[in-house]
Amino acid sequence: MKKSVFIGALTAATLVAGVAGAATLDDVKARGELICGVNTGLVGFAAPDANGNWSGFDVAICQAVAGAVLGDPSKVKYVPTSGQTRFTALGSGEVDLLARNTTWTFSRDTDLKLQFTATNYYDGQGFMVRKDSGVTSAKELDGASVCIQTGTTTELNLADYFKANNMSYQPITVDSNAEGEQQFLAGACDAYTTDASGLAATRAAFANPKDYVILPEIISKEPLAPAVRQGDDQWTDIVRWTIFALIAAEEYGVTSANIDELAKGTENPEVNRLLGTEGDLGAMIGLDKNWAVNAIKANGNYGEIFAATIGEQTPIGLARGLNAQWTQGGLMYAPPFR
Amino acid sequence: MSDTHAQTVAFVRDTMLPEKAAPSGQSGAIKWLRENLFSGWFNTLLTLVGLYVTYSFVVHFYPWFAHGVWDANSLKECRAIITDRYGEGATGACWAMIRERWHQFLFGFYPSELYWRPVLTFALLFVAIGPLMFQFVPKKVIWFTPLFPFVAVWLLWGGSIWAPLLVLAGFVLGWAVFSFVGKYGSIAGFSAGAVVAILYFLFAVGPLIDLFQAMMPIGIEHVDSAKFGGFLLAITLGVGGIVMSLPAGIILALGRQSDMLLIKSFSIIFIEFIRGVPLITLLFVASLLLNYFLPPGTNFDIILRVVILVTMFAAAYIAEVIRGGLAALPRGQYEAADALGLDYWKAQRLIILPQALKISIPGIVSTFIGMFKDTTLVVFVGLFDPLKGIPDFIRADFNWKGIYWEPFVFVGAIFFILNFAMSRYSMHLENRLQRDNH
Repeated sequence: MKKSVFIGALTAATLVAGVAGAATLDDVKARGELICGVNTGLVGFAAPDANGNWSGFDVAICQAVAGAVLGDPSKVKYVPTSGQTRFTALGSGEVDLLARNTTWTFSRDTDLKLQFTATNYYDGQGFMVRKDSGVTSAKELDGASVCIQTGTTTELNLADYFKANNMSYQPITVDSNAEGEQQFLAGACDAYTTDASGLAATRAAFANPKDYVILPEIISKEPLAPAVRQGDDQWTDIVRWTIFALIAAEEYGVTSANIDELAKGTENPEVNRLLGTEGDLGAMIGLDKNWAVNAIKANGNYGEIFAATIGEQTPIGLARGLNAQWTQGGLMYAPPFR
Repeated sequence: MSDTHAQTVAFVRDTMLPEKAAPSGQSGAIKWLRENLFSGWFNTLLTLVGLYVTYSFVVHFYPWFAHGVWDANSLKECRAIITDRYGEGATGACWAMIRERWHQFLFGFYPSELYWRPVLTFALLFVAIGPLMFQFVPKKVIWFTPLFPFVAVWLLWGGSIWAPLLVLAGFVLGWAVFSFVGKYGSIAGFSAGAVVAILYFLFAVGPLIDLFQAMMPIGIEHVDSAKFGGFLLAITLGVGGIVMSLPAGIILALGRQSDMLLIKSFSIIFIEFIRGVPLITLLFVASLLLNYFLPPGTNFDIILRVVILVTMFAAAYIAEVIRGGLAALPRGQYEAADALGLDYWKAQRLIILPQALKISIPGIVSTFIGMFKDTTLVVFVGLFDPLKGIPDFIRADFNWKGIYWEPFVFVGAIFFILNFAMSRYSMHLENRLQRDNH
C-alpha cells in the first residue's frame, strides 16, 4: 500500500515535471541562452579552437537556432556530450537541442522518445584499408579484423553487413576515433570503419594518405539529424523549420552576402515570406518576423555552412553528393514556406 | 728501553705501513657491480636481459623524443619539418601542439584574461595548507586556512562577493549557536547549531545575497562551470574531494565503531554501498539521474555535484583505512583513555585519533592519489578532463588531427609530478611523526 502511494506520487511528480518542462521556447527565452548538446570534438562538425570558440557543421545549426529564437547567434552554451550521455542529457532537460551527428533511427525516435527534426547531413558507413593489402571492395573483407567504435550505430551496421553477405570478421573495439586511427595505423586491424565523412577526414590527417584507400561500398544509411525531446511540438517545429530555412535559402539564392538587400523585399513571394517581408510565418511558431533572417545571418545558408566547415575547399574535402540540393540531384529538399 | 729495542730487535717494525687501496676487484664501481648485478649466473642473466630491454626501449623511443618539433602550427608542418631535418621516414614528437594548446590542458576554457585567478588560488592553497603541513610556516597563518575554501570558490567562479561572505556567516552563526547552547550539553549544542545553520542556508542566504548585492554590488566576473577543464578541473575536484573526504571518512570510521545502533548501521550501509558501486556509476548518477528527480530548471552546478559524489566515494575508502588504524591501536590505549576519565570526544581527540591517523597515513595518501587520478573519469559525464577530454577536442581541430601520444606524455608527466610530490610528502610526514619505540 505504502509503496503504491510512493510510486503514484513519483509518477505524478514526473508528469508535473514533464508538463512544466514542456515549453522549451519559454525556457530558452527566459534564460537568454540556448543550451546545445554537441560532440566532444569531431573534425568539421564540432570543435573548439585555441580560444575555446566552437565552430563546425553541427555548431552552425545551434547558432542558427539561437539566431532565430534569440536574435543573436552567439547566445549558445555548448554542452559536450559523449556517445553514451547524449540521449540522457537531452531527456533530462540538460540540453535544449542535440546537434551531435546523431543518426535518425526507428528505435531512437520511438523508444528513446526523441524527436528528430530534419536531416542536415546524409552520411553512410564506409571502410578504409591499407593500399598494399590489395583489397578493392568490401566484399573481399571476409575474415578481416575490423576496428570499430563501440556504442554507435556503425557497430550494428557492420554486424548486419557481414551477416547479410555471409562473411565473418573479427571486431577490434575502440572507444574513440583517435584510438581507432592509432590501432589501424599500428596494424592491429585490417580495416577501419566509420561514417564516410569521418573516414575522409581521418585519411586526410594521416602522414601518408596515399598508402590508404577508402573502399567504394557505403554499407548503411546514416541520416544525421538534430534532435529534441518528444512532447514539445512548438520547439520541434522551430528547430525543424530553422534547418529548412537554411536549406531553402540556398535553393532561392539567399546568402549571407545579399540577405540584407533581399530582406528589404524581392520579386519572389516565397523569398519574401521566408524573410518576413510578406505574411507573418514567424508568429505561427512563436517567433518574430525576422527569425529566418537572423538564422541565415548566423553562418549563411546551408551551402555556405557546408562549404565553410566540411566542403571541398576545407582539408576534410567532402563533396556535396547526397547533400546537394534536390535541384542538383541531392536529397536536400525543404518543404514550401507558406 | 726504546733505544735497546731499536738495536736489539731490528726486525720489529716501528712504523705502520701506509694504508693501501683495496684490490680493484673489491672496491668502488666494480665491487658494486659484482655484488649487485653479477653475483651469480642467474643475476647475471637477469642483468643482461634487463640491459637489453632498456636498450631496445631507448633505441625505439629516443629518436621520437629527440626529433621533437616545437615550432610548427599543425601536425602537417611538424611532419614536414621532421622529414626535412632527419630524412624520409623519420618519426618524431610534435610538441608544437603542447606549445599552442598548453593553456587548455591547464585551464580548459577558462577565459584567458582571468588566468590569474586560478593561479592565485593555487598559490593561496599552499598558504592555507602550509601551517598544517610544514613546521617552518608561522603558526599564525592558520587563521587563513578555514577562510581558504570561501576565497577559492569566489576566485574560481567569481560573481558577487556577498555569496561566499554570507555562506561563511552561516557557518559562524551555526558555530555561535553551538558554543552558546553547548554549555547545556554537547548533543543539544550540536543539534541546535546544525538546525540554525541549515535553516539559514535554506531560507535566508539567497534573499540576503540579493539584498546585499542590490545595496552594494561588489563582485568579479562570473565564470561558468562549463568553462572549467584540464588540470584546473582535476585539481579543483581533487582538492575539494580530499579536503572534505578526510573529515567525513574519520566520522564514518568512528561511526562504524560506535555502540549506537543507528549510527553504526548507517555508517556500515553507507561505506559498503559506496565501496560496492563503481565510481563511474556514481558520476552518471551525479550528472544524469539527479536531473530527473530535481525540479526542472534547477541549476545544480555539475562540478559541485561531481565533487559531492567524489567526496562520498573517497570518504568510504578513507573510513576503512582509518578503521584499520583504529584496529591497530593496542587495547590498552582505549583503556588508558577511559582510566583517565576522558569523555568520548576528548579520548578520540587526544589519544585515539592522533595515533590511529599516524598509522593510517600511507593508506590515506594512497587513497588521495587514487582519487586524484580518478578525477579523469569525469570525461564520461561530458567534462573536459586533461587526459582524454582535452586531447579529444584538440584532435577535432584539423590542424592537430592524428596526434596521439604527445598529450599522454605531457599529461602523464604532470600527473606524475603532482602525485610523486604527495607521496614524498607522506613519507616525510611519517618520518617526522616517528615517535614510537615499540
